[in-house]
Amino acid sequence: MSASHAAVSPDLAEPKGVVRKRGAGLLPYLLSLPALLVCVGILVPFVTAVFYSLERYNLAFPQARKFIWFGNYIKLAQSSEFWRTVEVSLLYTVFTVGFELLIGLGIALLLWRRSLVTNLLNILLILPLMVAPAIASLMWKLMTNANFGILSYLVSELGFPNFRWATAPGSALFTVVLVDVWVYTPFIAILLLAGLRGLPSQPFEAAELDGVPQSFVFFRILLPMLAPYVLTATLFRMLDSIQQFDIIYAMTQGGPGDTLMVFQIQSYLQAFTFTNIGRSSAILMVLWAITYALSKYFMSTWTRLRERAHGLA
Amino acid sequence: MSNKEKSLFDAFAARHLGRRELLDRAAKLGLGAAATSAMLNAAQSRAMAADYDWMANKGQTLRLLLNKHPYADAAITNLKHFEEMTGIKVSYDVFPEDVYFDKVTAALSSKSTQYDVFMTGAYQTWQYGPAGWLVDLNQFIKDPSKTAPTYDWEDILPNLRSSTSWSGKPGEALGGPGAKQWAMPWGFEINDVSFNKKMLAAQGMEPPKNLPDLIDKAAQISTKVPGAYGIGVRGSRSWATIHAGYLSGFTNYGGKDFSTEGGSLKPIMNSKEGKDFTKLWLDMLHKGGPKNWTQYTWYEVANDLGAGTSAMIYDADIIGFFQQTGTKEAGNIGYEAFTPNPDAKAPTPNIWIWGLAMSAFSGKQDAAWRFMQWASGTEQLTFGATKANQVDPVRQSVWNDGDFKTRLNATYPGFLEEFNGAAPGAKIYFTPQPLFFNVTTDWAAALQKMYAGQVSVDDGLDQLATNIASQLSDAGITN
Repeated sequence: MSASHAAVSPDLAEPKGVVRKRGAGLLPYLLSLPALLVCVGILVPFVTAVFYSLERYNLAFPQARKFIWFGNYIKLAQSSEFWRTVEVSLLYTVFTVGFELLIGLGIALLLWRRSLVTNLLNILLILPLMVAPAIASLMWKLMTNANFGILSYLVSELGFPNFRWATAPGSALFTVVLVDVWVYTPFIAILLLAGLRGLPSQPFEAAELDGVPQSFVFFRILLPMLAPYVLTATLFRMLDSIQQFDIIYAMTQGGPGDTLMVFQIQSYLQAFTFTNIGRSSAILMVLWAITYALSKYFMSTWTRLRERAHGLA
Repeated sequence: MSNKEKSLFDAFAARHLGRRELLDRAAKLGLGAAATSAMLNAAQSRAMAADYDWMANKGQTLRLLLNKHPYADAAITNLKHFEEMTGIKVSYDVFPEDVYFDKVTAALSSKSTQYDVFMTGAYQTWQYGPAGWLVDLNQFIKDPSKTAPTYDWEDILPNLRSSTSWSGKPGEALGGPGAKQWAMPWGFEINDVSFNKKMLAAQGMEPPKNLPDLIDKAAQISTKVPGAYGIGVRGSRSWATIHAGYLSGFTNYGGKDFSTEGGSLKPIMNSKEGKDFTKLWLDMLHKGGPKNWTQYTWYEVANDLGAGTSAMIYDADIIGFFQQTGTKEAGNIGYEAFTPNPDAKAPTPNIWIWGLAMSAFSGKQDAAWRFMQWASGTEQLTFGATKANQVDPVRQSVWNDGDFKTRLNATYPGFLEEFNGAAPGAKIYFTPQPLFFNVTTDWAAALQKMYAGQVSVDDGLDQLATNIASQLSDAGITN
């Protein structure tokens, strides 16, 4: 027996009668194996994409394939189209997440108190979430059709007979943001509603007894307590919005012109239409870096706010 | 089957007898429709099998990758005939066009052996061929030991044969010296004008004679007819926007995409001719096009014609063909061999070709070649054109077929005349080069910007040419 075994406390020794099965020592490793496989499954394509992004690699020119270090990134940095992509992707993210948070919070507050009506609305609220974004986009494409779309008809009745929705550069971003808000606001509302219903009631009862103004309760009590939920919802939607593809592609394919040429569409075109794997991978790597930085920031903020909400700060 | 019956059907398969005469005689022999059909298949199999071993790959299984299209439907309908004739089993995957080429690119670029034969457009072979993903079919076509004597390669329209073959050197002419046959033409589309006869007649209008005339008529219809507009063309931010009506008109006005001076490609879509035509095109769209033009794919163009929302379209003639039956405007569609430029002598329609290509990674190339011969052979294409919707057929013999002509004249009056008027000048007018999709996608984006007034036509085409020159240089195609 080794010295380390000899030092084991009698309290930690196995009780009498317990027989350790052979191979049980492998169990922890076997249990963590699926997680390891998932990690490898994620890392292999990621590392491959990093490698491709450092290559001149167009499938149509196999003979011209070579390692060019940061050549693709330098080309991107020199391209005004790429900076337009960065700009429109960030604008899209800010607008969609901003509107969805505001409207989602409003809906959640309206549904906070339980009643038959709010319970029913809870269920109805989930319906847009059940529609695939690409299908939702096609529905909106029809509704905004200039010839027969119901929304085109309604805005023409309001005095805008030539409003072009997603087909004009001036209104295209507004239109796709509108579709995104329609699809995903319920997600935020449900998340925030769950948060609201999980908040302790005592602070609100005390404020009511003391006659504290509603605005004070909202800004100084409710919002800080709800902040971890708001941040969680924001993080989820932000990651999704900055990687937007389906809504914009189904409605405009990134147009009109380059108006809505976001990261994912740019990358998709480079890979599948232009067969330029190197350039496509570089675009995705930039997107990954932005996503990672934002996630990191939000996670650290979330941790801080959560601790504060629990009175640990 | 009696000897008399067998001789009758063999005579038809050997083209000594017309289809109408065959049916008359079969009726006199007391044969019903089902028996006639079965005997016809058997006779055609016997005729095709003469001096060629169709059974050489018996027992093998082929896998096809197909686009959801009437051409594919026609082949699938008759697949049993091929399987009985060759003993080769065939399985297939069919994908809608939206995702079809992504699937092909993924399968080929990964060197997958999953598919042996697949449908492809001619433009796509400019990427796939030089990348080493396709088999040069000349090795089969030019080898009498590998190809059935009944397979009449010369019967396929010459412009289609040349438009599906290319040397792989950017700028070199299609079908030129050293060209490799990357695909077998299977069906094609001539980009031309189809129109709603009833709607034009209601306005007292004749079909348009040229582009200025078309613009004038389209503008009048958009103004006068409630809920309708004049002319439907593609406008989405996609390569497909350029190759249909736009390039056909662009060419007719003297425009070209590239010059090949000194053996080097130079973008010249910003020539004076190109700019003048593009200004006319945008004028047409502003005055008589659909309001949401930038979302228009062939699908919207087709639907609007069939629904009576548009009076005319400048797109694939087969769109006009398919809208002639089963739509609100069925029976009202007319066809025109359209010469946009009043100073031009004849139409110059750019074409889209659906072809069959063989994967370089297929381990069953002999069996695949047997399928390709059958699918693009005279018998199957005649079946497709007369019994299914495989138009426009790629074989002259099918265009000459009496039954096909009768079908066209009965249900699609004017279609044959349109084809005959447009066919001599119908071919691919793009300069072949592997960045085809970059060029045309950016061209479509530039058109959208010009349409929206974000940039003038002159500046838009100049910027496009500069951008393309830069891309060619980056890819190592030019210095």
